[in-house]
Amino acid sequence: MSKKTLIPVGPYHPLQEEPELFKLYCDGEIVKDIKWETGYNHRSIEKLSESKTYEQVFFLVERICGICSTSHPFAFANAVEEIVGVEITNRAKYIRSIIAELERIHSHLLWVGLAGHFLGYNTVFMWAWKYREPILDLFEMITGNRNSYAMFRVGGVRRDIENSKIQTIQKILSECRKKNDLLTGAVMDDPVIHARTKGVGILTKQDVLDYCAVGPTARASGVAIDIRKDDPYAAYPLVNWKVITAEAGDVFAKAEVRLLEMYESFSIIEQCLEGLKKEKEGDITVRITEIPEGVGHGRAEAPRGEVFHFVVSDGSNSPARHKIRAPSYVNIATFRKSCIGQTIADATITLAAVDPCYCCTERMASVYDMSSGERIMNANELINLSSSKTSELKKQMDRK
Amino acid sequence: MALNLLYFFVFPGLLFVATAGALLSWFDRKITARVQFRKGPPLLQPFYDFFKLLLVKETILPKHGSPFIFLLAPVFAVFGATMAGVFILLPLFNISTGFKGDLIVIFYLLTIPSFSYITGSLASGNPLAAVGSSREMKLILSYELTFLLLIAAIIMKAGQKFDLNSVITIQQEGTPFIRSISGVLLFIVGIFCVQAKLALVPFDMPEAETEISEGIFIEYSGSAYAMIKLAKYIMFFVLPAFLVALLMGGFRLEGINILWAVLKIIGTVLLLTLIRNTNPRIKIKQAVSFFMIWMNLLAVIAIVLIVFGY
Repeated sequence: MSKKTLIPVGPYHPLQEEPELFKLYCDGEIVKDIKWETGYNHRSIEKLSESKTYEQVFFLVERICGICSTSHPFAFANAVEEIVGVEITNRAKYIRSIIAELERIHSHLLWVGLAGHFLGYNTVFMWAWKYREPILDLFEMITGNRNSYAMFRVGGVRRDIENSKIQTIQKILSECRKKNDLLTGAVMDDPVIHARTKGVGILTKQDVLDYCAVGPTARASGVAIDIRKDDPYAAYPLVNWKVITAEAGDVFAKAEVRLLEMYESFSIIEQCLEGLKKEKEGDITVRITEIPEGVGHGRAEAPRGEVFHFVVSDGSNSPARHKIRAPSYVNIATFRKSCIGQTIADATITLAAVDPCYCCTERMASVYDMSSGERIMNANELINLSSSKTSELKKQMDRK
Repeated sequence: MALNLLYFFVFPGLLFVATAGALLSWFDRKITARVQFRKGPPLLQPFYDFFKLLLVKETILPKHGSPFIFLLAPVFAVFGATMAGVFILLPLFNISTGFKGDLIVIFYLLTIPSFSYITGSLASGNPLAAVGSSREMKLILSYELTFLLLIAAIIMKAGQKFDLNSVITIQQEGTPFIRSISGVLLFIVGIFCVQAKLALVPFDMPEAETEISEGIFIEYSGSAYAMIKLAKYIMFFVLPAFLVALLMGGFRLEGINILWAVLKIIGTVLLLTLIRNTNPRIKIKQAVSFFMIWMNLLAVIAIVLIVFGY
């Protein structure tokens, strides 16, 4: 049979929370070809960023992604600080790393839960999210917010972690670590999970290099890339930790890498907390009066891989150009290698295994004619369409 | 005639099995919720679900399908499940003795809901439903043989009696079948068959929410979906009851034994619930080999043990 059935995953599908469309061309249960469409979620962050001051951009980029909401400000801070050429204080470095690593723990726990849900294992889903809760409470204690922490600014952080709080934080973390042991044991030793994830969606080392995959997706295939080691920033050179890799490249290896990475994060946080005790309290920002002309590159290791921010400054108080590349942008492309030839059941968990984040990734949308493949609308026309509709709505509201 | 209608529609038929099944499905959901650190639904939630679908929600028909078959299939499912329920429960409640060979009839009736789902989903013309129904077909092919072996083993154990009533009386006069090695093996086989028949995790691939978004039921809505829910409630009571009748000596409805009867059903459902909460969904290929190789092997071993009198 040569006729292929189109199995759509999206635009709204229980597999993933965000709007995206994967077209699986299937022969029976076997996926023969895959195409994807994103662009449902374009918010013109880069353009908006050019109209805001540097301090405001932090709040904007924090809202690119709800889960890894610190990785974007982190990369942006790195970029702007490169333009200014400033070295932040050690205390600020430690605090930045603590926030980023706490975020990695909660993001990986979230993924483990979702992966369980995608496999129909809702108990893992609920347990992982339950264990994620103390981490969010910790965030609330440290930053005042459970999500979108608003901790970063050019030259440091906004809030200090008082030394009096450190003991409480350590206590909560050690409890979380115990629960993590339980979860890791449950996932790593379950024979049925092995049967479902081992040998599924294999991405070889060469594939990873070809597609420039990043983050846990690359590390699960034995490519030890991690921005925290390769291009050290914040407190990462000051503490002891190692890059977790696995060799198999399948879904199980990706889960393994994430689960073990959480332990590294726990250890980094503990060392950072010890480091905090030695630094003077309140010494968290370097005063910066002016952003000079220049370009800055900021990289940060988000839970999903490398986040890259490129900032051009013309000496004014807002960026002249701000370019963002999120990790999912490259990781999504690996689906061509990992999904084709699998069954639908395997393909869906493979789609989820790179932990794709579409709202991070989406940058531009254009409309094509389905039959001829001709481009009907480009970005400018879409923007015009949107603004004309907005003004129309405004008129209607005025009338009322 | 009137008595038969009463049997079919009220007790032990539609009204009774549906109510009991709905309550059991509440129990299943509550236990699931407690296992997952959630609070769980109130006791009447299954009824709210059903009546909301039946009375409030509109039924949307697929554009490219056969609406007649699409709407008829759930009704068939309910009738098949109820018929099976009546034939199982009449001897189980000691109302009538059934007829010779009713085990075979029950075996066929229990497959009707699954076949109705397949027919209905194929009539909807949705590609995801097609994938779901092809998975359901493969699943039926894999577990039906095991289920048949289970029933064959029971018939052998009961001394070549083909009716449920004698199977139950033999156990009540002697010991329940489950108190022997072969009985335990058959119970394991039976639990997994029931799990697959109810399409619970790990055998929920025909529905597989996160893969094919409810697969076979994707196009159903409103009262048509309410019928499917009803059939599922009924099966949720009928299949555990069948297992209790086959292996655990059925019910004895006097004094303290009523409590025992209830406990047997609840215990079986609890086992099903725990299995579904401690496993991920397996692939259809794995399910086929699981039943075709391992469960069949277990059933055959049980049959051999029965021949040698264990």
